[in-house]
Amino acid sequence: MTRLSGGLIDRSRPLNFTFNGISYTGFEGDTLASALLANGVQLMGRSFKYHRPRGVFAAGSEEPNAMVELRTGARQEPNTRATVTELFEGLTARSQNHMGPLHRDFLAVNDLLSPFFAAGFYYKTFMWPKAFWEKLYEPAIRKAAGLGSLSMLPDPDDYDKGFLHCDLLVIGAGAAGLAAALAAGRAGAEVILADEDFALGGRLVMEGDLLDEALATGWVATVKAELESLPNVRIMTRTTVFGVYDHGIFGAVERVSDHLPTPGDKVRQTLWRITAKRTVLAAGATERHMPFADNDRPGVMLAGAMRAYANRWAASPVKRDDDAIAIFTNGDDGHRTALDLIAKGAKVLGVIDTRETAPKFGDYEVFAGATVTGTKGRLGLTSIEITRGGRSEWHSVGALGIAGGWNPNVHLASHHRGRPVWNERLLAFVPSPDGPKGLIPAGAAAGKGGTAEALEDGMAAAIKALAELEISAAEISLPKAENASAEQVAFWHVPGQKRAWVDFQNDVTVKDIALAHRENMTPVEHLKRWTTLGMATDQGKTSNVSALAVMAELTGKSIPETGTTMFRPPYTGVSLAVLGGGDSGPLFRPRRLTPTHHWAAAQGAEFVEVGPWMRAQYFPRKGEMQWRESVDREVLAVRAGVGLCDVTTLGKIDVQGPDAGEFLNRIYANMMGTLKVGKVRYGLMLREDGHAYDDGTCARMGEDHYVVTTTTANAGLVYRQMEFAHQCLWPDLDVQLISTTDAWAQIAVAGPKSRALLSRIVDDFDLSNEAFPFMSCAALTICNGLRARLFRISFSGELAYELAVPARYGHALMARLMEMGADLGVTPYGTEALAVLRIEKGHAAGAELNGQTTAQMLGLGKMVSVKKDSIGAVMSRREGLAADTRRLVGFRSADPQTQIMAGSHLFPEGAEQNMATDQGWITSACYSPHMKGYIALGLLEDGAARLGEVVVAANPLEGQAMKLEVVSAHFVDPEGGRLRD
Amino acid sequence: MKFSGFKVVKEALTGHKGWRPLWRNPDPKPAYDIVIVGGGGHGLATAFYLAKTFGALNVAVLEKGWIGSGNAGRNTTIIRSNYLLPGNQPFYEFSMKLWETLEQDTNFNSMVSQRGIINLIHTDGQRDAYRRRGNAMRLSGADARLLSRDELKKMVPFLNCDNARFPIKGGLMQPRAGTARHDGVVWGYARGADMRGVDIIQNCEVTGFRIEDGRVLGVETSKGFIGAKKVGVSVAGSSGRVMSMAGMRLPIESHALQAFVSEGLKPTIPGVITFGAGHFYVSQSDKGGLVFGGDIDGYNSYAQRGNLPVVEDVLEGGMALMPMIGRARLLRSWGGLVDMSMDGSPIIDKTDIDGLYFNGAWCYGGFKATPAAGYTFAHLLATDRPHETVTAFRFDRFNRGYVIDEKGVGAQPNLH
Amino acid sequence: MLIPHPLLGLRDSQEFTYFGDASLMWRPDPEAPEAEAAFCEYVFLRDNPAGVHRELWFHEQGDRSWLVVTRDTTTHEILGAELASDVKGAAQ
Repeated sequence: MTRLSGGLIDRSRPLNFTFNGISYTGFEGDTLASALLANGVQLMGRSFKYHRPRGVFAAGSEEPNAMVELRTGARQEPNTRATVTELFEGLTARSQNHMGPLHRDFLAVNDLLSPFFAAGFYYKTFMWPKAFWEKLYEPAIRKAAGLGSLSMLPDPDDYDKGFLHCDLLVIGAGAAGLAAALAAGRAGAEVILADEDFALGGRLVMEGDLLDEALATGWVATVKAELESLPNVRIMTRTTVFGVYDHGIFGAVERVSDHLPTPGDKVRQTLWRITAKRTVLAAGATERHMPFADNDRPGVMLAGAMRAYANRWAASPVKRDDDAIAIFTNGDDGHRTALDLIAKGAKVLGVIDTRETAPKFGDYEVFAGATVTGTKGRLGLTSIEITRGGRSEWHSVGALGIAGGWNPNVHLASHHRGRPVWNERLLAFVPSPDGPKGLIPAGAAAGKGGTAEALEDGMAAAIKALAELEISAAEISLPKAENASAEQVAFWHVPGQKRAWVDFQNDVTVKDIALAHRENMTPVEHLKRWTTLGMATDQGKTSNVSALAVMAELTGKSIPETGTTMFRPPYTGVSLAVLGGGDSGPLFRPRRLTPTHHWAAAQGAEFVEVGPWMRAQYFPRKGEMQWRESVDREVLAVRAGVGLCDVTTLGKIDVQGPDAGEFLNRIYANMMGTLKVGKVRYGLMLREDGHAYDDGTCARMGEDHYVVTTTTANAGLVYRQMEFAHQCLWPDLDVQLISTTDAWAQIAVAGPKSRALLSRIVDDFDLSNEAFPFMSCAALTICNGLRARLFRISFSGELAYELAVPARYGHALMARLMEMGADLGVTPYGTEALAVLRIEKGHAAGAELNGQTTAQMLGLGKMVSVKKDSIGAVMSRREGLAADTRRLVGFRSADPQTQIMAGSHLFPEGAEQNMATDQGWITSACYSPHMKGYIALGLLEDGAARLGEVVVAANPLEGQAMKLEVVSAHFVDPEGGRLRD
Repeated sequence: MKFSGFKVVKEALTGHKGWRPLWRNPDPKPAYDIVIVGGGGHGLATAFYLAKTFGALNVAVLEKGWIGSGNAGRNTTIIRSNYLLPGNQPFYEFSMKLWETLEQDTNFNSMVSQRGIINLIHTDGQRDAYRRRGNAMRLSGADARLLSRDELKKMVPFLNCDNARFPIKGGLMQPRAGTARHDGVVWGYARGADMRGVDIIQNCEVTGFRIEDGRVLGVETSKGFIGAKKVGVSVAGSSGRVMSMAGMRLPIESHALQAFVSEGLKPTIPGVITFGAGHFYVSQSDKGGLVFGGDIDGYNSYAQRGNLPVVEDVLEGGMALMPMIGRARLLRSWGGLVDMSMDGSPIIDKTDIDGLYFNGAWCYGGFKATPAAGYTFAHLLATDRPHETVTAFRFDRFNRGYVIDEKGVGAQPNLH
Repeated sequence: MLIPHPLLGLRDSQEFTYFGDASLMWRPDPEAPEAEAAFCEYVFLRDNPAGVHRELWFHEQGDRSWLVVTRDTTTHEILGAELASDVKGAAQ
């Protein structure tokens, strides 16, 4: 155990956990990393490429090394940073990316072979023999690559998404963020304070600094209590703001129950979309390191992280209490770590300061003008080589902290592609002044990392932001604080012959950068892509700036000239599940149910997804063994008696106004203005580019009132298009539109006995052929006073009607029709029978109206009126459309019992079959109980002139080819007598 | 310098001292026979085939930033030739064949990996449409398989076929499809072109065309005027912006397309899978990241970044399709800038300006076209005739009424 | 994105459906001698500017009004929004 005194852990609440099967104990308030360190565990993982032993390097979400597979079973979570994993009772974690035990990884052989695995080596080899790539090389590479693994089981947890709005979003609850939130909260503004950590305070609780001459934890607790008491402030801990989107919209993930053994009845995580009028970015800064030879051993870590472990978690970075700790720094900041460690009773070897005139702040040795030039210790640091003025000597240490300066966390300020700006005084990039609108960086994120200046800056940022919203906020009294000395020099890496790691996780060394330079991969994005630098899970947080400095040295350019790569969401890894928001499985999309859905379900109907709708597909009866039996029965029932089908899903648009007729003339290719009141006309709409768009019926219910129907698929689109025409093209026409698809339940009553059935429910309405002939419509009442609309239209080719009633009566109407028609053999039918009926009649549907066809191709060319303009009329006359000779025709196979496959391509008999000889395709096919055989519709070149000819339907995909006779598309009643009877 | 396993071993043993720049950084000459505007995959492939196949000796590629900085470096790396229409299918199949010999042609491992693509089927109507498409593929010499639900479940057992809003009923598979390492493609073509004498000039932004009497004489650039007998523009995503400098309006809108990669994972997904009922497709890179994407953001944009609703939409699809990815983490998202054309298909054609040629309008699918677009654009530049596979990719197809509209949605770019 | 609806204030862009360049409001005269060429230009060609763009959005999950939104395509900044029928009315 290497537990120190103090810290923000609750020693009264011990927690048991296992790492690689070994049991340990930590305390509430620990992270997995701090608990492992306190248990003397330094080795926590292996690197990506060379499988080098690695220990924890940082104390926050920027951790590149200590990645574990957390939990087991379906909750297994790969690549989880031990540094931000809160300890809970029973936590289990395993190290990842090794073959065999962690301390004896067989793949560590890669390290010995590392000269062969230099940056970009794989682009230069594995090319011969060609077939070996997929079979041998790539599988081997894939197996060795990757980090952790998924369980391959469905994620069992629930997720949610939510929306929040505020005046001021404060990102980060450190010194600057707390000051900002307090100032804004007191001013009465709606404030959201979000921090990725589970505790408030940021660096305040990780440093030994004093606020008002006491440890900062006291002030943090006071502020927290006040903020919690303010109803206008929402504190969101465990919440990472991961992306900045347009117009003040932020993506954030709250880890609701990741700190619990299981979520219980809570969600695991929530995706928040936060819309903020203004934002203070107080995201702090990330420390950087200075590459030197063999700098990647367990025990080498950021000096600021060491300080955090000591102060907040009372954990020492060494394996044994008597191991010494050294600090390597290029500025005053490293000395703070030495002081804090000494104060905690740890053994400090001294501070290796690259500056010749290094200061000394306490009772420890200072190696001025010195660098670390080597390390030893296979599974954990045992000694370091300190070189001063050309003389080197080895010192035993158990841990080494590196303080290379701090990089402001400019990420979120750069998500709108504004490039950060180099600040030569701070030796760091600071946020661009052209960052996202309304976002003000403050504190360390803005390069103001001293405690006093961060407090001041956070408060000032909040006051400024609220002033822009005309909310006046007063200054608050800030606690007395100091700015620790941040003196440092530009020192980026220790030159040498041995490998010096820049990107720990991806094993990118200074040598790799030099090689990239030699190979002209000097633009920073090329450097990144050639070496994989900065592409690890930390997104380069611990490596990019150091790498830029190395490349700048090689090219002789300055660091800002060398540039930075882009910063893009997410700031840190976000689970894929929470981005999906929990709408998975059957909840992926809403289901729309028809008014007769529950009725149909009670009849035992099978349902099918039709776009957003669920529709009855067929109604199996007892004894029917397979779907065809049911469908055939339903079809024959319609042809011989009467059938009922819910057609509510067809789009319905109510068009009213003195100019409704003229408006519809412009919408439909055919004439509608001349339609008489009480009549219905089949209508065809074109797209403006002249292709067929949608079809349906148009009924004139009154002088200024039309009802348009559309296909199910295009219901929303046609309505949108008509509103466009109305508002954008012809607002001068006096017409109003509304979609009534959801308002009316509509039931097709089809078959020779449909009139007989309807006559039993209409109230005093003459249904005779003379009084209400084919293509009539009327408003009427049924069932003793229920308001209804009746249309005599037919999709099946039989005598048929569609009856519409207010949607809430749909269920009752269906039940009543079934009851009243029992003696007529009334039969409900589903979408399958509907499709067979329409194929038998030769009506076009989705497969023919697929957006690639024209009116002519569908045999509807004459419907495009030349007497008037309409959408698409002009462009339908273009050369290419006019020259297309493919026409919708019917097909029958020589053997009627052989199934015809829709999607087969059509060829002349005896012709070679390729794209050049292709003459069309089968659009729809079915078994026709009426024809007692398989029939099909298709588009065939010169089809109209080829009736009687035999063609070949080729389906090479399934190894089929069959001869088909070209016939009229109207298999049933081509003269149309039945529907007019 | 020839790349080989032998060379890698030799350099490893001698301290990597023998590696040389993959390409030069030449200053531009005053004039070239052919100038290609745009150092992306297409532009560099064009230069490569001009030099290798068509014997052009005096060629330059001008790149505004670093080569591969546009869509070539920010796509989801899928290669496939599973198209329906006769105007498209032979071209993409030609591209597929060029992919299959790419590494031998360029002496650079671009990691072409033919692990297959599966488009999922959810309805009978979809199966009919895919049968039509699969047959079109077979008839043009490509490979295609129609998978039953059972075959599919055996192949990709982790798909949520049944407990789903849109149950999965099968799939259309192209086994020869797969992925390639996008940067590797750019670098392979660049190195191959450079070795054959092509000048690749980075940080050279074209700021205008010099056009006299309806003929192009060269380009104005941030490095001065560069003369050219012929100029080929290959800047998909920025086509509108660049061609407006030649006074041309195009049948194109620029849109943002986001793509995503997860943190590295051990092998999870074998090939490429495309959800047919949501906007989601996914593959896994050799490095272990799940590479996935979905729909375009849907409004005109040159911002090279997208918004949150599409991120959510993509992952809703992903989680509905394969709920086992839930505990992986998104590592990085990015936004590309794509030329969405009025029929969803590309343009490789001469313009009305003598000597000015255009390659663009690739929508969200230009990466897979890289080899064939390069080859056929080189063919057009060298011979003034379209290659037989791109005879349909003409500007005039719109006005004449010969659009190549795979989706059947007409002149609305954001729906293609 | 947030769209400042002239009647309803700031609304999330997810309530809207995007259509395209506002030039689509200006359908050519079908009776003009070169109508087909004019229609081809109207339907197929776009300015597609990198910068300020006037474009059509439909408030589909809202009041069903068509808006002309002025937006910078390089920054997504929205400079204004008007009812399309007002724009058309003012021009006629």
